Amino acid sequence: MTQSNWDLALSALGPILMGAIQGTIPLALVSFALGLVLALVLALMRLSRQRWLSAIARVFISIVRGTPLLVQLFVIFYGLPSLGLLIDPWPSAVIAFSINVGGYAAEVIRAAILSVPQGQWEAAWMVGMSRRKALTRIILPQAARVSVPPLSNTFISLVKDTSLASLILVTELFRQAQKVAAFSQEFMLLYLEAALVYWVICLVLSTVQGRLEKRLDRYVAH
Amino acid sequence: MSPIDTPLDPPTEPQHGEGTEPAASAALLTVRGLRKSFGSTSVLESIDLTVARGQVLALIGPSGSGKTTILRCLNGLETADGGTITITAEVADATQVAATPGDPSLAGTAITVDFGAVKGPSDKSLAALRDRSAMVFQNYNLFPHKTVLENVLEGPVVVQRRPKAEVTAEALALLARVGLADKTDAFPFELSGGQQQRVGIVRALALRPQLLLFDEPTSSLDPELVGDVLRLIKELAIEGWTMVIVTHELEFAREVASEIAFVDGGTIVEHGDPRQVLRNPREERTRQFLHRLLNPF
Repeated sequence: MTQSNWDLALSALGPILMGAIQGTIPLALVSFALGLVLALVLALMRLSRQRWLSAIARVFISIVRGTPLLVQLFVIFYGLPSLGLLIDPWPSAVIAFSINVGGYAAEVIRAAILSVPQGQWEAAWMVGMSRRKALTRIILPQAARVSVPPLSNTFISLVKDTSLASLILVTELFRQAQKVAAFSQEFMLLYLEAALVYWVICLVLSTVQGRLEKRLDRYVAH
Repeated sequence: MSPIDTPLDPPTEPQHGEGTEPAASAALLTVRGLRKSFGSTSVLESIDLTVARGQVLALIGPSGSGKTTILRCLNGLETADGGTITITAEVADATQVAATPGDPSLAGTAITVDFGAVKGPSDKSLAALRDRSAMVFQNYNLFPHKTVLENVLEGPVVVQRRPKAEVTAEALALLARVGLADKTDAFPFELSGGQQQRVGIVRALALRPQLLLFDEPTSSLDPELVGDVLRLIKELAIEGWTMVIVTHELEFAREVASEIAFVDGGTIVEHGDPRQVLRNPREERTRQFLHRLLNPF
């Protein structure tokens, strides 16, 4: 690498990191949080004894998982305006990513809830708990432990998927890299630099995942 | 503690049966015509039971006979298709108040759950049933993400909303009593099976139930750990707790129970004084079951 390449990479780091801090990271965090809430609701609907609730959730999950995220993003940002519904880039991205996370994580959470032995429900009822209390105090904490690894996968995928938001004009990591690349014509350098920053973010997340798993594993025999 | 019949001297007269119970007011638990089927398979056919306060009923019988289903119905974990379950909450004397006060506002009132009702039993009546009884499970079913003490506090503090300090003191005393004073902050996985089951028993006691239900409490234990748990249950019987125990431990049943009921094919084939049922069973089916159990080879 030449000296001028180094200088360019260094000077691009500022805007790229700003894109990560102002775009990628908050986008991923907000979408994941909202997506998890949606996923929990969908998972409980799927487990409901009310057939129609379960059916609605099943269809919703099927559509989310059966269509490309990019198409979902475009429908919301470029499609809805033709119905008179204009949504800014940032909220459009949050809506699309939350729905996407909701669809995928719902099945993870449902499986995690089902993995808790029936005896735990019975013990919770025995001590007098309602279904709701049993769920929140006894079942979900145990399901959380089981679902950390798959949900971490979902989150790491989401961080990378937020790069798609560059296509609906959200100022985030990849869009910043694109801008500098277009200006300097150094595509290889800047896209590799963007890749490196994504990788570092995901490394940090993996570490957090490891710690979380360890914390939640403290009540399990090793 | 109130004086009761010692385990080795069970009442000579059967305390329950169709129309034979002496003083109806003494009955803590009354089951009438309890029926249940899973699909087309009938698992319970018109079960009648009465257990007087302070008495211990042991249910014995082959696996699949329905004895565990009876117990689960008593705690509302299984909904029967018909019949009634009544649990009274009379408070016998001051010592009983200390040991098993339950909800004082309900004292003296009887809870009846009618499974034959058109819409089935109400959630409220099932909850009331659970409020009066507490179950000890075969597989302990402790909450693995909570410490021993938290396991015990969960019901009294979170559900019954009793003062935490008071319940904690009570729980610590109970845990000390069963030899687990040094394990209060341990997680269930750190305990042996016998210790876990003793926590299960303390968890049930802390709910201050009127009726204790044991579902094969020693069947999951290593043989050398069975004794501790059975001894504890025997102590509770002597203290005057009213219990229904599903068990395969015939020797234990003979010693602790005031009455034994042999369940087979979803019916109570015979019941009565433990020594009579175990030594001189009237029914051929009981005789065969006992023979198989005592001569496994």
